[in-house]
Amino acid sequence: MTGKRVTFSNTWLAALLIAPQLILVFTFFYWPAGEALYWSFTLEPPFGGENQWVGWQNFRTVFEDPLYWNSVRISIIFALSSTALAMGIALILAVFVDRRLPGYQAYRFIYFWPYAVAAPAVGLAFRFIFAPEAGFVSALNQWYPGIWNPARDGADAVVLITLANAWSMVAYNFIFFLAGLQSIPRTLTEAAAMDGSGVVRRMADIQFPLLAPTFFFLVVINLTDSFVNSFGIVDITTGGGPARATDLMVYKIYSDGFKGKDYSLAAAQSLVLMLLVVSLTFIQFKFVERRVHYT
Amino acid sequence: MVERTPILNILTHLILLTGLIMLLVPLWIVFVASTHDFRTVNTVPMPLWPGNQMIQNYTLAWNQSGFGPKMLNSFIVAIGVTAGKIAIAAISAYSIVYFNYRFRSLFFWMIFVTLMLPLEVRIVPTYAVAANVLRPYQEFLDATGINSLLNLITGVRVSLPQWSMLNSYTGLILPLIATATGTFLYRQFYLTVPDELAEAAKMDGAGPLRFFWDVLLPLSKTNMAALGTIMFVYAWNQYLWPLLVVTDIANYGTAVMQLQRIVPGPLFGEPPRWHIAMAGTLMVMTPPLLVVIFMQRWFVKGLVSTDK
Repeated sequence: MTGKRVTFSNTWLAALLIAPQLILVFTFFYWPAGEALYWSFTLEPPFGGENQWVGWQNFRTVFEDPLYWNSVRISIIFALSSTALAMGIALILAVFVDRRLPGYQAYRFIYFWPYAVAAPAVGLAFRFIFAPEAGFVSALNQWYPGIWNPARDGADAVVLITLANAWSMVAYNFIFFLAGLQSIPRTLTEAAAMDGSGVVRRMADIQFPLLAPTFFFLVVINLTDSFVNSFGIVDITTGGGPARATDLMVYKIYSDGFKGKDYSLAAAQSLVLMLLVVSLTFIQFKFVERRVHYT
Repeated sequence: MVERTPILNILTHLILLTGLIMLLVPLWIVFVASTHDFRTVNTVPMPLWPGNQMIQNYTLAWNQSGFGPKMLNSFIVAIGVTAGKIAIAAISAYSIVYFNYRFRSLFFWMIFVTLMLPLEVRIVPTYAVAANVLRPYQEFLDATGINSLLNLITGVRVSLPQWSMLNSYTGLILPLIATATGTFLYRQFYLTVPDELAEAAKMDGAGPLRFFWDVLLPLSKTNMAALGTIMFVYAWNQYLWPLLVVTDIANYGTAVMQLQRIVPGPLFGEPPRWHIAMAGTLMVMTPPLLVVIFMQRWFVKGLVSTDK
């Protein structure tokens, strides 16, 4: 159902009201998306002129490039590990906040905060905290020289951006888990308690199963978000380095498109990323029924 | 809640406290680092208690990066996006829900689909459009033959002027409004408004605009606050888009963009002036943090009900 039973009949007014949104969506969404499609199948001739149709050639170039697969591999590792970390921590915090012991409002209040911090600001803060020559983690290097250096060691750099990303996503997950928990009827928990099940048993048998829809919803959102919104963190913290160890897909699109000025290659990569994001969203719509209950 | 579980209660507090520390420590370190001088901030490990250089550091960071105009730009963009989004969402959802015309389902789905692809994945072509906004329309006219038809009849060829949105507030604001978040939220809200209200309004002789302005908008205040909070934070924290659209940093640079320029790197033999960098970071993160803190109720509602 899209509309109401009681409606107005002034079609001109209706058109006028929806026009701004449609114009914006056409100009900044459908046209660019179509253009990405066009570019990914054409190439700009080196001496100017119209783009030439080259079929799947751009995609072949992309898929035959080991650097691209490197960036896919890192993006997947990054997305999976920061999702697991952020959701795990958020779930534990939400479940315990929902016990509503004295003072729980204070915790809940502060757990929201990281959501408001811009990704590049998170990146800069973590870059300082985890800097090899200043900050805190560098103390490790005093005990054991050279054990931590995200500017040199690719694995360290991946750990760094994963931690930064997970930190900034905990708040979002926490809010949804808590909303999910609060929508579980109190009577259920009370009945279980009457039957003699303890707090932990109730978590395992009532709260976690009933949170399943929220959980799957968040998995999709977190994965999408890590694939898509990681630019700010990577750009400030590692700049894709060292030696492309943190060259995530979004970052590679940016550097190929705007630094390398190769629109066709960037467009082909964008298209792959779009397909990835759309299929994640599709999975969510198709298989994870939207039964998330809100407060 | 129902039973006494002293040990578990202590454990609960321990876990919650650990969570609190994990989430707050980075913010605290940023604050502490921004209050020390160059030498102290670079000692390992850094002290955990604030120093006395706060005012000097903040003044220096503020002046050095020209944060005054940049903060102002960020505010203009954030408020522009918030207001624009609310306005457009409210009217377009109104058109879809309260009017009956043939294409409304199609329009709804056309708008709804935009939820799937965030700006970051279509960044390159969107940038190309922003560089010449009327080009899509020009090519549309040419490709559909409308232009040649006009040429045949009137002898005039329509050639739209070049309009670049680079280095302008419109370029920073409009592409961020072109998504479905708010429209969807408003549609859900309108669907919960009882039909009797529209019926009564019609019976009293109120037209659609009157009904919208006098009945629906006042009812949607909660919605507005929720959407507004989310959009403010979202717009303020934009990074990649402003980085591309703005090259005239002196006039149109935003505060978050500036973070890229205050990263102290060992490049070019610069000294690692982390105290200044952290002061800048804290200034940039404060406005959206305040919005979230003061608008907490609306913010949570907005987040949970816009589905992002």
